[in-house]
Order: sequence, then structure tokens, then C-alpha cells
Amino acid sequence: MANSLKCDLCAKPATVHLTQIVNNKIHKVDLCEACAQAKGVTDPSGFSLADLLLKASLNPEPAAEGKCPVCGMGPQDFKKTGRFGCPACYGHFPSLLDPMLSTMHKGIAHTGKVPQRALERKSLYERLTKLETELDLAIKSERYEDAARYRDEIHQARQNADRKLEQA
Amino acid sequence: MKINELISAYSELTDSAAGKSAIVLMTRIRLARNLADQPFPGWAKDTQKRASRDACLQAVASLPLMKRGLAVAIEDLSDLEKQILVERHLISRELSHSKGAAGVVISKDQSCAVMINEEDHLRIQVLRAGFQFKKVWNTINALDTELEEHLDYAFLPKLGYLTACPTNLGTALRASTMMHLPALVISGQMEKVVRAVNQLGMAVRGLFGEGSDASGSIFQISNQTTLGETEEEIIKHLAGVLNTIIEQELNARGKLLETDAHKLCDKIGRAYGILQNGYVLNSAEAMNLLSLIRLGIDLGVYADAQRAVVDRLFIECQPGHVQFAANAASEPGQRDVLRAARLRTEFANVPAPDFTHTAQ
Repeated sequence: MANSLKCDLCAKPATVHLTQIVNNKIHKVDLCEACAQAKGVTDPSGFSLADLLLKASLNPEPAAEGKCPVCGMGPQDFKKTGRFGCPACYGHFPSLLDPMLSTMHKGIAHTGKVPQRALERKSLYERLTKLETELDLAIKSERYEDAARYRDEIHQARQNADRKLEQA
Repeated sequence: MKINELISAYSELTDSAAGKSAIVLMTRIRLARNLADQPFPGWAKDTQKRASRDACLQAVASLPLMKRGLAVAIEDLSDLEKQILVERHLISRELSHSKGAAGVVISKDQSCAVMINEEDHLRIQVLRAGFQFKKVWNTINALDTELEEHLDYAFLPKLGYLTACPTNLGTALRASTMMHLPALVISGQMEKVVRAVNQLGMAVRGLFGEGSDASGSIFQISNQTTLGETEEEIIKHLAGVLNTIIEQELNARGKLLETDAHKLCDKIGRAYGILQNGYVLNSAEAMNLLSLIRLGIDLGVYADAQRAVVDRLFIECQPGHVQFAANAASEPGQRDVLRAARLRTEFANVPAPDFTHTAQ
């Protein structure tokens, strides 16, 4: 039965079968002897199944996406290094990323710390930009009552942000 | 603070080993963070790398905890200085070999180090002697929150903190401890332990991380997954596994004393003899001898006060430190003589082993 399995990395007959349990999820890898040696599977002190799964999940079908529009990294570059080029790559390469995450990690969604201040800054910035556009539009179309309201809202938002900064 | 001041100053790892750090030598947590608007260091162009290095260096150096510490560009350090920082676990080998703009900021007490432009823009690390996850997490969490006031991190609500390598995605947290496990090594059980720990999704490495050997019976054990659990959960799971390993080590020590006490005492006593009288010692042999002395301290053969000395020597026996102390570049053969001389001096005043409580 073992002979019918193929090596996950090179498709030779697999003779080494590994099972790793990460938080009640079973991950299996089948390897031929040469790949097992090369990946350090036989050396118990330096072996990480996560790295192996990363590489293994990279081999099948090429990604549908082209180069990242922000940094110019292509799917082939990622396959070579296992590293993304910039933060935007995470949104750009779902077909590379998604199959990897479930085998690599305990879950596929972040439940930990959130950079509260940075997110506040970002949402304040977006809100101000939106209000300022509205304000310009209102002035141009001579809706002065609306314009006054937007101006007050902008003032209010800025003040709130300053107060929060002081508290921090 | 200048680099040579830092090297000769008091440091968390070399001077503060407490009695409680019997099996766990050190606790460390690192967080990876990246700037939202810059490519990751491995893909960035030289000008971009310099821009992110300068922005990070300035923001990190301005933190209250880092005031009066060391803040330098990697290219301004000599090879020997970089090696010493690696041996103290303050920077990685990868950073010490990095080409292009990179940097490091180290707190005055050397318990906190931030690497800039390693694999990620920021690798924040806090370490403490002993088994101290709570304290280390509180420190690094506060430091990270403070830093976030000055820098916009790459973050997505669904995926968490974005890192160059997706294996670090999410919390981008790696918690680890350095453990001294001589009895598990002597009794040939370490391979079994490594396999079990791997199966639980944790990684076991040697003293200096990936690819290093476990001389001195010192192992680094850390979490591998970073997404899908909170920081506290990751640390709790790891601590649970570590407590089991501590228990296993204590059991193995008990068993050795029960069945093989004479052999064990012989090893511990001989180590003392060689450290007091040896003339040529390479670093692996020195580490293994020091490891036996440390085991002897835990078993009451040597005084408790020697533990801090041994922990300091674990680091000061490394090639870079030996070379720095001798104040000259030296060949490996020469270094082994210098190392033995240093150890003879250190052990000249250590009282002889007292086996009355162990060898019956």
C-alpha cells in the first residue's frame, strides 16, 4: 500500500510517511527517501513540518494572478523564495495564499492583537478625506447649510482625535 | 551608548541568572512588524530599504525603554562586534550577514533588541533569564503598542500583522525558551522528546537557532504557528508543553540518580577537573563541561551561586567573546588555549564538588 503513494515533492514512490498533529488537525506528508534526507526529516533536531508543507503546497498548479501591481513581484518569485514582496501581495495572491494557510496555521483568521492606534488613525484619515470632499462639493454647488455642517463635523472629528491623543 | 560600552556592560543574560532558572535558562518573545507603505526588506530596492531603515531606527530609538541604549546601522559594526551580538542572542545570524541598509536598537540592560530590515522591517525581541513568559509578554506588548504610535504597521483585520513569510502571519509572534536538558540527553531520550514536541506543532532547535547543534544540552523550543490563536493562547500552549518537558527532565534526573549515580557523579566531578586544569578547550567541549557543572549545581554538588557564573560562561565561551576578551583576532587553535585559560581562572576558586547528598 505504501508503494502506491508518491512523494509530495518529486513524485517518486514515497517510503517515508509523516503525520503531525497541530491542535487536533492531522497533517500528512509522504516523501521518497532522497527528499526525506534532503529535508532533514530523518534528523529529529532540525525538522519543521511547517516549512515542508509550505514548499509542498507551492508546487502544484501555477497561480492565476499576474505580478503584484504595487511591488511587481510575480508568482514565480514567491515560489522561489517563499516570501512575499510587500503587504499588498497578501490581497493580490489569494490562489497562492489560501491553500497554504489552512495547512500552515491553526486557523485561517486572525484573533490576536489589533494595532488600535494605527487603525484609529487610518479611519480618522479616511473620514476626514471623505468629509473634505463633501465640503468642497457642497461649496461648489452653493449648498451653504450642508457646507457648514460638514465644516463642524470636520472640526469635531479633529478635536476628538486630539483629545484621544492627550489621553494616551 | 557605544557598542564597546554595551559589550562590557551589565546584561540581562550574562549577569542576572536567578536561582529559579534551573532548567529554563531564558525566555524570549519576538514580534515581527512591517511598515504599511514599503516593500518587505527582501524585495525592496536599496533606496527603499534605506528609507524604511531610517524611519524604523528613528522611531525605535526614541522609545523611552531604548533611551541610553545602542542604536546603530549594521554596516557600522565590525565582524567581531556583530558576532558578539549574535552570541548574546541580540541579533540573528541572518542580520549579521545582511547586505544593504539594516540596523539594530538594543536597550541598555540588553533585555530588549529590535532588528531592522532583517526578514521583516521590524523584529522586536524581549528576553529575560529564567522562565518568565508573563513578564516578557507584558513588556513586549507595551513596547509594540508604543511603537505603533509612531509607525503605521501593515495589518489586515482578517490576516493580522502581515509578514514577508506567510509562516509568521497573524500574531507574528514567536515565543521560545532556552532549556538545559542534560539528563534527557544522557539517558538517550531527547530524540523521543523532539519527536513528540514536533508532533504538537512546536519546533526544537539548538542554542543558536536554525541549523545549530545542541552542544551543552541546551535546546530552543518555540511555537511554529502564528495565525488562528491569540498571543496569550499561543504562549499558554507552549508553556504547557514546556512544563511537561521540565517534568520529564526532572524524572530523568531522578532515574539517573537511582540507577547510575556513580557514573553521573563521575561525569560531574571530571568536568570540574578538566575545567580547572585543561589547557586546550574548543567551544563544544567547554559547553558540555559547563553543562555538567550546571547539572551538578541543580543536584546540590556545587553551590547555587555558581549557576550565574556558568550561565555567563555559556556565552563568554563562544568564539567571538573569547576573541574580544583577548583583544586580538585569533585562529581557532589559539582561541581554544585562550578559552581554557579563562576557564582555569574562573574555576580556580570554585569549591570542590561535594557528593555527600547525591552518591549514596
